[in-house]
Amino acid sequence: MAVLTRDRAWEAAAAVLDPEVPVLTIEDLGVLRSVDVSEDETVLVRITPTYSGCPAMDTIRADVEQALTEAGFERVRVELVLSPAWTTDWMSEAGKRKLADYGIVPPQPHGREGVVSLALTLRCPQCGSPDTRELSRFGSTACKSLWVCNACREPFDHFKAH
Amino acid sequence: MSPELSGGHPTIAGSGTGKPATYALCLGDDALVLAQRLGEWIAASPQLEEDVALANIALDQLGQARSLLGYAGSLMEPSRSEDDLAYFRDERDFRNVHLVERSWALPGGTGSDFGVTMARMLIWSTYQVELYSRLTSSADETLAAVAAKAVKEVDYHRDHATMWVLRLGDGTEESRVRMQAGLEAEWPYVEELFDASYVDQGLVASGVAVDPSILREPWTGRIEQVLAEATLTSPEVPPARGGGRRGIHTEQMGYLLAEMQHLARSHPGATW
Repeated sequence: MAVLTRDRAWEAAAAVLDPEVPVLTIEDLGVLRSVDVSEDETVLVRITPTYSGCPAMDTIRADVEQALTEAGFERVRVELVLSPAWTTDWMSEAGKRKLADYGIVPPQPHGREGVVSLALTLRCPQCGSPDTRELSRFGSTACKSLWVCNACREPFDHFKAH
Repeated sequence: MSPELSGGHPTIAGSGTGKPATYALCLGDDALVLAQRLGEWIAASPQLEEDVALANIALDQLGQARSLLGYAGSLMEPSRSEDDLAYFRDERDFRNVHLVERSWALPGGTGSDFGVTMARMLIWSTYQVELYSRLTSSADETLAAVAAKAVKEVDYHRDHATMWVLRLGDGTEESRVRMQAGLEAEWPYVEELFDASYVDQGLVASGVAVDPSILREPWTGRIEQVLAEATLTSPEVPPARGGGRRGIHTEQMGYLLAEMQHLARSHPGATW
């Protein structure tokens, strides 16, 4: 019988994809907060929602349970934690690269407390032009806004800094 | 319906017990009822982007409601789920303020009015930013965590409402008149937001709850700044009677609940 370790449990949970941006894992997003395996091999996974009303959380919870069951863990508990509140600063560098390749402009990092970092423009992920404008501050999901490129006319999503 | 729900009058624990069940219920009901009301704009907004915006704002409010009602229910005796509280309470058991429950129509009108909507969203989101930013340091860990999450969301809602109020107020003569009319319609319901009588003073003293009356001044400061820039004026109208925190609601609340609850009550336990 394989030795069931925390690392294996983490690996299984970390591979779960976000159902709304399926190029990102929940680890890339910073939604996966911790994985612990107790002595009786019960796995406790803690996840945090991106937005209070994020409808993906129920799916993510079910997918994590399934991934761990498939990895051989029989007792799995998934807990939702609210604190500390999720921020896009927790998105991994690998995640940001995957987002950009997918055609979604990744979030800008937050500045230090009290310092406002000004992003003057977003570059179009299709043609690279900086000549873009915000079309709508709200997008297809809570975490995105909708932009359009003035040069190539293609619309694109921006993962908002949050 | 399970026996403990059949009376429609849940025992609300928490009053004077040091637990914030009633407090969380009030804040949760505000968010839930507004989310339901906002849903009416989906596929009916002036533009497609606004459908998406108001739907997203409604979804944030619904998420906040789920956290707050779930927590309130866990403190009740017997405990109740968020669904029990949303679907199986009658009108008199809801604790939300009148501002969030009323239709979007102008007084005497019937159709939803966008000026009314943006006036209400500016009033409401400015209040929520002031409330949640203070609640993040609540002595109650759950309330603090919910607030820390929510404050970033409602800040964005306020930006959105501010943008519209500026654009309409400082727009054409027609848009300015209609935006001002929206403010006049909503203003009587502002006072109830700051009524502290529903909050257990013990919870305020122990740092669990925020005394709503202290939010009045910073709220007024922020609102006056936006209205001045939008070339609008703060209405001078007497406050409405209020009573939402005691379960006394306006005529329109019943219709809202009928729509929100009928599926769950007709088919208890339904899932899809």
